[in-house]
Amino acid sequence: MLLELDNISLAYGRIQALHGISLTVGQGEIVALIGANGAGKSTTMRAISGLRPVSQGSIKFDGKDITRLRADLRVVRGVSQSPEGRGIFPGMSVRENLEMGAYTRRVRAEIDEDLERVFGLFPRMKEREKQSGGTLSGGEQQMLAVGRALMSRPKLLLLDEPSMGLAPMLIQQIFDIIVEINQQGTTILLVEQNAQQALSRAHRAYVLETGRIVKAGTGAELLHDPAVKDAYLGVA
Amino acid sequence: MSDTAVAPAKEKATFRENGGVRGWFGRQPAWVRWAVMLLFAVLAFLLPYAGDIPVIGPQITTEGIDWPSALFNMSYYVLLALGLNVVVGYAGLLDLGYVGFFAIGAYGTALLTSPDSVLYSHTGWAWLGAAPVALAATMLAGLILGYPTLRLRGDYLAIVTLGFAEIIRIVATNTTTFRGDRGFTNVPHPPGSSGGKPIFGVTDATPYFWLGLVVIILVIFGVRNLDRSRVGRSWLAIREDEEAAEIMGVRTTKFKLWAFSVGAFIGGLGGVLFAGEQGFINSSTFVLQFSILVLAGVVMGGSGNMAGAILGGALISYIPDRLRGISLGGTDLYEYRFAMFGAVIIAIMIVRPQGLIPSRRRAMELKDREKEVAPL
Ligand SMILES: Nc1ncnc2c1ncn2[C@@H]1O[C@H](COP(=O)(O)OP(=O)(O)O)[C@@H](O)[C@H]1O
Ligand SMILES: [Mg+2]
Repeated sequence: MLLELDNISLAYGRIQALHGISLTVGQGEIVALIGANGAGKSTTMRAISGLRPVSQGSIKFDGKDITRLRADLRVVRGVSQSPEGRGIFPGMSVRENLEMGAYTRRVRAEIDEDLERVFGLFPRMKEREKQSGGTLSGGEQQMLAVGRALMSRPKLLLLDEPSMGLAPMLIQQIFDIIVEINQQGTTILLVEQNAQQALSRAHRAYVLETGRIVKAGTGAELLHDPAVKDAYLGVA
Repeated sequence: MSDTAVAPAKEKATFRENGGVRGWFGRQPAWVRWAVMLLFAVLAFLLPYAGDIPVIGPQITTEGIDWPSALFNMSYYVLLALGLNVVVGYAGLLDLGYVGFFAIGAYGTALLTSPDSVLYSHTGWAWLGAAPVALAATMLAGLILGYPTLRLRGDYLAIVTLGFAEIIRIVATNTTTFRGDRGFTNVPHPPGSSGGKPIFGVTDATPYFWLGLVVIILVIFGVRNLDRSRVGRSWLAIREDEEAAEIMGVRTTKFKLWAFSVGAFIGGLGGVLFAGEQGFINSSTFVLQFSILVLAGVVMGGSGNMAGAILGGALISYIPDRLRGISLGGTDLYEYRFAMFGAVIIAIMIVRPQGLIPSRRRAMELKDREKEVAPL
């Protein structure tokens, strides 16, 4: 397993956001984490990236315990995140945003290589290279955030609601790109409210409800689970 | 996000679209840029003679305070604005207690040099010897303030830093070591003599202004180098989105401490210069309004932009000094300075919220925040 969360709890002051959740992500997988607003999906991502200390449990990455490891060292180890919402740097150009993604890396030639790769995945970013991040449309900002997360050459890519606020056509496109990134060899943990898309693209998935994992299975299993259908897939 | 079919033929871009004066400046070859900067520096050094310019000279210079002293005041305000700009403008940490560092620089110097100090033992230190010790103390104070406040954001940080400055002021006012209102006398002047007379005397403030300018220029180069390095990049990322910065692998705590101690160092420089020029300091100098005033200068000039901070810092010192000695209905206009500042700041915030010489990135960040507040 590339990532193993074992019985993780996390609280914001008195608000207990995670109540002992356990999940695993295997090498090469796309694993989806779905759940309603406020279920604790972003909090789980924060715990994995090391932005918030956990109060209980352990996190193992690539065979080593990283529960108490500093956030910047987790990036060096190969954990990268595209945060929810407007996580880009608005005053930096597209290019500078991408360079920030490579903040922990030193080898210029490799960084340039990855820049080309990101521009290959998102040709629009190439067109907008010199434009400020803040002037991009919502969809472009989302692509920039995903591209930026790739710039650290991660082993594990954490995507927090990459389809949020996008038009239907763009949603298709971003999920296609996610699958493509995965096929190029990057393991992905995908948080989504768009359960339909997430479940149909993911190998496996977990359902999170008020800070607890209530269901797990393959993407296809959950897609046809009546309870999941009822709660997250709306009326088809 | 529909593709624009055919982009309309672009008309020749206007001067403004090309970035205006700064865009033009940025496109010039290095030697032109250096020449322009050198010209500014030379003009700054000639400022003490501004009164000799026919017609406009007397309009520029001050009446109620001698012109070189007004210039010296401007020089340490500019230093403070440059330092606070690092903390507030670059790293985005709202520090309302900046005067605390100015005070530590000045008190550090006085404690080591003044005959009134408990540390004085028949010789006392020279100003130049005391300066590095005082500066080390200020940087340490920057770290001491910075460390416990690392987790605080925005308003909370503002309140704690404000408390920090008040603690320093109250300690200075009420302890015998710091002598309160009686203060420290005979703080020595900077060294050097020419033709048998000391360069830094008590009658003419011009040499102090020049010394201040030299320090300002060194600070400008230092800060510029930092800003262009990995440190500056990290500050920028923290300011724009702290959580995103952390996700990129920026050690946010480390770079916030850097900002605090660099800012403290520059503020301390202002204090050391101030003590050396005045020869006397007491606790009434370091009031809270001072912090607010410097912050107002930075915001007015253009937070995050050194040229803006310099202009803002100079203005907050120049305007009240210029008003001194002009009376309106029997009251010196100087007495109205805070009211006028209030009015000027409100006006600027309405007309030009990014400041007089804005930072482009800052302007973009402001816009982005507006979007967040009022989506769609
Ligand atoms: N910074 C925070 N401070 C306090 N409570 C928070 C914070 N972030 C999230 N929460 C709370 O934690 C819970 C989980 O939130 P989150 O992880 O953002 O959910 P999701 O991403 O699934 O919508 C919610 O109840 C939310 O209100
Ligand atoms: Mg969320």
